[in-house]
Amino acid sequence: MLRLNNIYKKFNKNMADEKIIFENFSLHIKKGEFVVIIGGNGAGKSTLMNLISGSILPDKGEIFIDSQNVTNLHEYQRAKFIGRVFQDPLKGSAPNLTIEENLSLALLRDKKRSFSFGINKNNREFFRQELKKLELGIEDRLESKMGVLSGGQRQAVTLLMACLVKPKILLLDEHTAALDPKSSVKILELTEKIISEHHITALMITHNLDNARKFGSRIIMIENGGIKLDTLDKEINFDDLIKRLNITVNKI
Amino acid sequence: MQVLISTLSQGLIWTILTLGVFITFRILNFADMTVEGSLTFGGSLCAALMLRGVNPFLSLLIAGVLASLAGLVTGILNTKFKIQAILAGILTMIALYSVNLRIMGKANLSLLGKSTIFSAINNILPALNSNFVLKTFIIGLVICIISVVSLNLFFKTQIGLAVRATGDNEQMMRALGGNTDFKKILALMISSFFCGLAGALIAQSQGYADVNMGTGSIVIALASIVIGEAFLNFIKLKNKILSSLICMILGSIMYRIIIFIVLNLGMNPSDLKLFTACITAVLLGMPKLKKFKLKLGGNKNA
Repeated sequence: MLRLNNIYKKFNKNMADEKIIFENFSLHIKKGEFVVIIGGNGAGKSTLMNLISGSILPDKGEIFIDSQNVTNLHEYQRAKFIGRVFQDPLKGSAPNLTIEENLSLALLRDKKRSFSFGINKNNREFFRQELKKLELGIEDRLESKMGVLSGGQRQAVTLLMACLVKPKILLLDEHTAALDPKSSVKILELTEKIISEHHITALMITHNLDNARKFGSRIIMIENGGIKLDTLDKEINFDDLIKRLNITVNKI
Repeated sequence: MQVLISTLSQGLIWTILTLGVFITFRILNFADMTVEGSLTFGGSLCAALMLRGVNPFLSLLIAGVLASLAGLVTGILNTKFKIQAILAGILTMIALYSVNLRIMGKANLSLLGKSTIFSAINNILPALNSNFVLKTFIIGLVICIISVVSLNLFFKTQIGLAVRATGDNEQMMRALGGNTDFKKILALMISSFFCGLAGALIAQSQGYADVNMGTGSIVIALASIVIGEAFLNFIKLKNKILSSLICMILGSIMYRIIIFIVLNLGMNPSDLKLFTACITAVLLGMPKLKKFKLKLGGNKNA
């Protein structure tokens, strides 16, 4: 499904503060897996997400999605396969566009945009149905600006936007970290619901080990650009592991 | 009456420029200095074409289309060469100064005695034959309405929505599969098209093109935009984009009325640019100034 082969990535190449993030890094994710990535700050988790989404390109190595080599595709070209939710709820939607305009943009993620109208009766009804599933009561506010929604609501809509066209891979980069505990739980439940309903392959970064255990079907720990742990065992005792490997993980 | 209509028609003609700058400044969130060059580019192209006997309507259109190339250059400098928006615009603007001199062959081209779109209307509405001011008004109004309607339609299309989203949240647009570089270039080209069209219209209405006609035009457009946005408190259509576009017309007209008033109050015309710059700065800073005032007035309410 998703395959990263021998990835090399350095930042600030050939400079005094050169930082090697990945050296000969490989990862293979199977269809339908819900992979949770944990690791300390600066371990390379977000860089991994960015490499997959194409917002940064590797120095060396290859990335495959479903046997298609996407290594040299731009971020917007890979968007055909990838849905993405950012940590910052403000990053995933356009605040000055209406909710329906945002959704209509998401609906064309894998298509070519044309000069036909972005919103019509049919897709408006479809948006209303989909928003109803979020149970936030915003299905009647299609024409409100996105910017008036709360952070939690916006993140829920962003999640919907990322999955409106079923992605081959869903990237969740600490997407609940900026929310209050209640919204955070709600978004996580919603995430699980959408993922299991549509059988989406997903990658989620989190600092919360309980969530990692609860939601992940596979847990990967990254440290210094290497995979320190890769397990399907949900009963794993993190505390022991952290002590043993001398790793700092921020437990929330 | 004549003076009022003349002021209104000036406002209508300059609305086209305001619309062009609105696309970059407000929709794309891009401080585009190309305007000052592309306005003159449109004006000089139109004048040069007309002096070679090209139909005035056709000259207008060609001037606009060629002026959109200025936006293409700025867009490529910005998105492909990664030059900052403001600098990319300045580079194009400066380059166009020489281009404009080349096109005209000298600093100033007079259209004296040439038939313009304003005189061509005589054939359609013979009653207006001698009333130049009213003709300008009607033509200005027609062009404004066509521009506003077509821009409103464009921004509702899938591509138009993507352009707006690019200005609002570029990262999101890329994550949703949008080629944001292309969207920026497209918006800059449309903007330059309108700026060039405005230049051509201005040249035809004033009867000459001048290499310096664009100087300060960006500030006039910005002043019109911020004045126009004040009207958003009164024009609250369901269609937000259409409201904004209509406010651009009102803003451009209001700007002309303000200028007319201060000139009549005895302001020296050479001080106009200083005046325009000041009101633009104050209006752009209004949100911050309001906060400051709230702070000062805070004690009263406490």
